[in-house]
Amino acid sequence: MIEASTVPEFAATTLAPRQRSMILRRLVAHRSFQIGFFLVGVLAIAAVLGPMLTNTKPSAMHISHRFSPPQAKFLFGTDMFGRDIFTRVLYGARVSLWVGFAVAAIAGVFGTTLGVLAAQFRSLEGAIMRLMDALMSFPAILLALGITAALGPSMNSVIIALSVAYVPPGVRIVRASALVVRELDYVQAALIAGARAPRIMLRHILPNSIGPLLVHLSFVFAYAILAEAALSFLGVGVQPPTPSWGNIIAEGRDYALQAWWIVLFPGIGISLATIGLNLLGDGLRDVLDPKLKG
Amino acid sequence: MPVTSETSVEVRDLTMSFGSGGAGRRPTMVQVLHDLTFDIGSAETLGLVGESGSGKSTVGRILVGLLKPTGGSVRLFGRSVTGADRAANFAAVRSRVQFVFQDPHAALNPRIRVGHSIAEPIDIAGKHSRRDRDDRVRQLLELVGLPRDSADRFPHEFSGGQRQRIVIARALSLSPDFVVCDEPVSALDVSMQAQIVNLLMDLQDRFGLSYLFIAHDMTVVRAIARRVAVMYAGSIVEIARNADLYADPLHPYTRALLDAMPRPDPTRIRPRTIPGEVPSLLAPPSGCRFHTRCPHVMPRCRDESPRLLEIAPGRQVACHLFTAAETTEP
Amino acid sequence: MPADALVSIRDLTVQFRTDRGWVSAIEDISLDINAGECLGVVGESGSGKSVTALSILRLHARGTARAARGSIMLDGRDLLRAPERDLRRVRGGDIAMVFQDPMSSLNPVLTIADQISESLRLHQGLSRAEGRSRAIELLDLVRIADAPRRADEYPHRLSGGMRQRVMIAIAIACRPRLLIADEPTTALDVTIQAQILELLRDLRAELGMAVMMISHDLGVIAEFAHRVVVMYAGRIVEQAPVGTLFSAPRHPYTEGLMTSLRGRDIPGQRLGSIPGRVPDPDESIPGCRFGPRCAHVEAVCRAAVPALVSISENHDVRCTPRSQALAPACL
Ligand SMILES: Nc1ncnc2c1ncn2[C@@H]1O[C@H](COP(=O)(O)OP(=O)(O)OP(=O)(O)O)[C@@H](O)[C@H]1O
Ligand SMILES: Nc1ncnc2c1ncn2[C@@H]1O[C@H](COP(=O)(O)OP(=O)(O)OP(=O)(O)O)[C@@H](O)[C@H]1O
Ligand code: SF4
Ligand SMILES: [Mg+2]
Ligand SMILES: [Mg+2]
Repeated sequence: MIEASTVPEFAATTLAPRQRSMILRRLVAHRSFQIGFFLVGVLAIAAVLGPMLTNTKPSAMHISHRFSPPQAKFLFGTDMFGRDIFTRVLYGARVSLWVGFAVAAIAGVFGTTLGVLAAQFRSLEGAIMRLMDALMSFPAILLALGITAALGPSMNSVIIALSVAYVPPGVRIVRASALVVRELDYVQAALIAGARAPRIMLRHILPNSIGPLLVHLSFVFAYAILAEAALSFLGVGVQPPTPSWGNIIAEGRDYALQAWWIVLFPGIGISLATIGLNLLGDGLRDVLDPKLKG
Repeated sequence: MPVTSETSVEVRDLTMSFGSGGAGRRPTMVQVLHDLTFDIGSAETLGLVGESGSGKSTVGRILVGLLKPTGGSVRLFGRSVTGADRAANFAAVRSRVQFVFQDPHAALNPRIRVGHSIAEPIDIAGKHSRRDRDDRVRQLLELVGLPRDSADRFPHEFSGGQRQRIVIARALSLSPDFVVCDEPVSALDVSMQAQIVNLLMDLQDRFGLSYLFIAHDMTVVRAIARRVAVMYAGSIVEIARNADLYADPLHPYTRALLDAMPRPDPTRIRPRTIPGEVPSLLAPPSGCRFHTRCPHVMPRCRDESPRLLEIAPGRQVACHLFTAAETTEP
Repeated sequence: MPADALVSIRDLTVQFRTDRGWVSAIEDISLDINAGECLGVVGESGSGKSVTALSILRLHARGTARAARGSIMLDGRDLLRAPERDLRRVRGGDIAMVFQDPMSSLNPVLTIADQISESLRLHQGLSRAEGRSRAIELLDLVRIADAPRRADEYPHRLSGGMRQRVMIAIAIACRPRLLIADEPTTALDVTIQAQILELLRDLRAELGMAVMMISHDLGVIAEFAHRVVVMYAGRIVEQAPVGTLFSAPRHPYTEGLMTSLRGRDIPGQRLGSIPGRVPDPDESIPGCRFGPRCAHVEAVCRAAVPALVSISENHDVRCTPRSQALAPACL
């Protein structure tokens, strides 16, 4: 089996046109994409159907059952207030996956727009890239920490903060591939025919430069879930009583030794989501853009 | 009413400079074209050959409006596209000039169906109804010898030669009068080269097209061009009728070029290549820019740059070997 | 496997996934590349030359391409089955490649010097400054004027031929044992082309570098190759030393190629071509795949796929009538 490879950087788009036609089919055949898709799919379905899969509320306290270990009635056990961890993890999935998805979506929209604009208009390029460089000079998590601290902790601040942190690499990625595409002959052909900037950007540059961004976004999705957990753990994330995987762990950490199930199950949620998204991203990368690997 | 004219393209003293230097340094301008002057008649093919990096593609890109020259004038079908009314005049002739690219893999957007790529110039010009447009696409496909149902397929489903036909179909979509072909057959095998060159010649016969045909393969140029211009380091060093150029190359660089042609004959020992360094654009050689490598160099060549002079009807050379006689005359 | 073969390909079949299932782009390719040798590969557009070349470095995308059969041996190791980590060392180190498409094969956001020195820094651990000065030397070597200035430029500011030479500089940077050059001189004028061939010849003499030269330009092949492999529709149809191939081609397709070159000397004359076109890989053609275009086609050609038969020492032909007529009687 000829396997995907580290095409050296300069191998770039040699193979691109033919590859792109069959993206879907190849994704479907890609082993790690299959596994990733399955994991993320199961988690997403669980999050969407959450309320139907449980007959209690995440905040309902079963005072007589505090610190119950996993058992038939409480599949994942209960916490210090007697709340059902299974229910809380399900509802937490809604929050955590939503944060991840929203961050990836915002990073995607801004990354694409700013990246394509920076590549198309020399006049904007300097300003956009300077700003991105400035943002990228802070570690993402520190930047997010600062922003949530400034905005006040809430789910929306987490989303805004993480988006700000993850937009710049997206802009860079899109700009880099848009710069390649912009020099290609089919764009020149459109220019010769008199096409104006919007047509060039929307019809030619954009569709041919977002492949690498999609790959990146699947990783952003995973990072955002992790980062939300980290922020919640530090107390500036999604605020209780709304459960997120991060704050369930944060609340349970003091009891981790006696009541390991409080932190274990949301932890498994985070791991499965991150692993799933990474596998998905690997698949996308192999299929869309083999040169990025290695 | 547009000025009608026997010449499609008139280029006078065309110069082009690019800002040079990497990031952070103060840009110096590097001149890549020096006072080019030539015409292309209607239904004529001018072959353009010369050193890699001598500015051939730059000339082609200027003629179709992708680059704005820094000096000199260009008239297309009698309209100046370099003067004051540049934009308006260019808009008026836009649909009459087209470009065929070297690399058929890069010339078509991989995500767009072939039919839409071919129709793109029509869409941008916005002149046709959807129906007319689709008819036109089918007609063009037939013209370049592709099945009609090709319109619904994607570029990756075609071989290099077929893709080059699609690129030609797109170039013909608005019935242009002048097409710049920048190495249109370099990427193709001999048999496919022949088919494309023959197609271009047929189209010229049918529609009276003019071509600027840029190529490295001298045998292909010989087949298609009526006149040939030879460039070296940003200047035209010789223009001659096809037959004259091959039979009797005058400029020393042209001779070197013809001598260096690879021949499909393993028993033949190829003459040594031109000695000396490829000229720098930053610090171009004084006088004749070929003097550092020329086997016939004379003292005068180092000081004085030769002008492109007509030494016989239809034959221009820029070399002191041929100006000597003229200048000694009273 | 001959003792001196550097790379030895056996029965290589590479398939691509298409709408109609797995389709073989190349089939049963067997060839050896000896150390210090130049192997020419010619054939019509779409005949599978690039697919063969990319397979050696396993550069096809996973999921769309698979080697259904065969082996590619380098130093007693099968590259098709080697772990990715080993392959990374082979690529750019032992075997380097000049890609067919110089326009989109360079990274537009890196300077020329960065791209040339990348593999040097990776494989030889040079510092940034050392890498840059080595890059300038290499640019000089591939005859790019003003090398120090060009080193700091970005690819879009170079002419087509310069980009192609930058690709060559990248490929020879680490002094590979085998250089796979896929149409390396198409964008070059003949004088620079001659200089580049000269350079490759020197490297061959100096380092014993083998070259696999894929080219449409039979002039380049005639001048540069020792041995030539002719491909048609995914198969090797003829294989011979260069002199034999040009003086006495045996396969009707090779003959067609040679004929289409003739008559190119007359101005205004239509160029000769082989009528018809290369079949798509998934087109089913009984027997010889050149049959529909062949002037000498016979019933035996349609009956079975012709075998690649040795008709004299070092000369193999895949054409049933010809090999029956020409093969030594004992076969
Ligand atoms: N956008 C640009 N910015 C700066 N310099 C440029 C640009 N485009 C071309 N040049 C320079 O102009 C010169 C001529 O380039 P051009 O592409 O016209 O050469 P060419 O004759 O077509 O060569 P080739 O045969 O290799 O394609 C080169 O030195 C090149 O580096
Ligand atoms: N990634 C791919 N997916 C599907 N088919 C492919 C792919 N790559 C190559 N092919 C098919 O394999 C065949 C051989 O292609 P290849 O690129 O090797 O031709 P080539 O001999 O290099 O031609 P050229 O001279 O035009 O470069 C073609 O029919 C092509 O369509
Ligand atoms: S002018 Fe002088 S140096 Fe230039 S080509 Fe003529 S003889 Fe040679
Ligand atoms: Mg060019
Ligand atoms: Mg190829």
